Amino acid sequence: MTDRSPEIDPHSQVETTGHEWDGIKELNNPLPRWWLFIFWGTIVVAIVYWVLMPAWPAPPGMQGNTLGVLGQSDRATVAAEVSETAKMRAELASRLSAVDASAILQDHDLSQLALGLGESAFGDNCATCHGAGGRGAKGYPRLADDIWLWGGTLTDIETTIRHGIRSDDPDARMTDMPAFGRDEFLTSAEIRDLVEFVTAISGRKANLAAVDRARPIFQTNCASCHGVDARGDRAQGAPNLTDAEWLYGGDRDTLQSTIFGARRGVMPAWTTRFDPATIRALAVYVHSLGGGE
Amino acid sequence: MATRQSKLFNKHKLFERHTFVLLLGILVAVAIGGLIEIVPLFYLKNTIEKVEGMRPYTPLELAGQNIYIREGCNTCHSQMIRPLRDEVERYGHYSLAAESMYDHPFQWGSKRTGPDLARVGGKYSDDWHRDHLINPRALVPESIMPPYAFLAGRTLDLSTIQDQMRTLQFEGVPYTTPMIDAALDNTMAQAGGDYDVEALRKSYDGIAGRDGTVPVRNFDGVDGAPTELDALIAYLQMLGTLVDFKTYEAGDLSNRR
Repeated sequence: MTDRSPEIDPHSQVETTGHEWDGIKELNNPLPRWWLFIFWGTIVVAIVYWVLMPAWPAPPGMQGNTLGVLGQSDRATVAAEVSETAKMRAELASRLSAVDASAILQDHDLSQLALGLGESAFGDNCATCHGAGGRGAKGYPRLADDIWLWGGTLTDIETTIRHGIRSDDPDARMTDMPAFGRDEFLTSAEIRDLVEFVTAISGRKANLAAVDRARPIFQTNCASCHGVDARGDRAQGAPNLTDAEWLYGGDRDTLQSTIFGARRGVMPAWTTRFDPATIRALAVYVHSLGGGE
Repeated sequence: MATRQSKLFNKHKLFERHTFVLLLGILVAVAIGGLIEIVPLFYLKNTIEKVEGMRPYTPLELAGQNIYIREGCNTCHSQMIRPLRDEVERYGHYSLAAESMYDHPFQWGSKRTGPDLARVGGKYSDDWHRDHLINPRALVPESIMPPYAFLAGRTLDLSTIQDQMRTLQFEGVPYTTPMIDAALDNTMAQAGGDYDVEALRKSYDGIAGRDGTVPVRNFDGVDGAPTELDALIAYLQMLGTLVDFKTYEAGDLSNRR
């Protein structure tokens, strides 16, 4: 601790740090000015930020944190944005839900709005099951044709979207086909005959002896829902068995497993996820896909 | 001035010449940043919103979350709806801290190759989840999600579920000892087996403070012992359905973010 005055490097005239490694001494050049300014600047910005924005947590025992004089809050911002959008849509939305469903189709502006709104809601929520454009998939009805399990009027479609099918909603469309084989209502021989019967009535070649044996079985077990003429019943969501359209498949193996274990397609209720205007728009969109009644 | 400075600066010799002291010094310097940022979150009362309806996951859902983690679902699916208008419009109410308070580890994720799953519960049917997990492209042709058909054939391994519940209890999840004891029965009951459903509902709905938070059914639609598919679907169908948003006061100062 004897040498207190800084040593000056004779070559560059810059003071040294006094550190020496094998004869090489470290120069004590000052930091560049621009760098220093930025460094102090960041500290000033930080202090300004503490004042303006939510920043410091409160000490233990106290609630929350400093709120900042700007009162910035992401949650308040999104709430304001959402309600602003709702206000923007409010007029058309209230017209959508105020008028009678069928009147929307007469009103060009309204139906255009409904189709636009419906298409975007459909793409994000319904297309995952019913396919893009409502083309359907095995077990998920095609919406682009004129075959409807529960009815194809605007009101029917709206009810289905609102409450779902076999969903948790108390007003859901709710019927259950019995599992004729699994629950032992019918023997496997009777089910085999029924498969032939359904194959025959849907216009394909079948074993006629089996068809004759199955006729009374169909009338006792199936006709109450699918109808005496097997053309289905929309009140019960029972499909028409005489056409060539199948939800799960019309080949003998699929028919056999349908009758044996039944089918129980579920559609969720959407009232909790959509506002009434969006549900109405979806109904108009689905109605427009090809088979609206 | 120069004298005082060099005196203070001479202390650095201590750090520069003793590796261990330098290491300790680095540790202290870095820890200050961490402590200031992290420690307040442990004592601040408003970190987790006060809402009703949250309950610990049932053993079946917990097993489903384990499969979700094992299969790395979180690498493509987030569980975090940010407070942004377009996200709220697409996925629903922004996620609350309360909704992941029983997640250890949390499943917020940071990448959305697939959609956010924070509120996927109840959005699709069980059949859809089954068909989609077995072959995603059968339902969504443009999907690039890998198929998880093998889950349907694997019986759920419940050998460690009670130990896991005990660990979570230690971490602060309000599992009670009777709940842990009943874990296996509860799992069978929720998956649609012939077990005491009322006991299951009583414990979990009880903590949630309302009825109907525990869906009980055969999630994969196949009879027999619960499979990994049952557990995963049960977990997915619960996501985002627990908090009763009627009890969330967005305007409250303590819920300000």
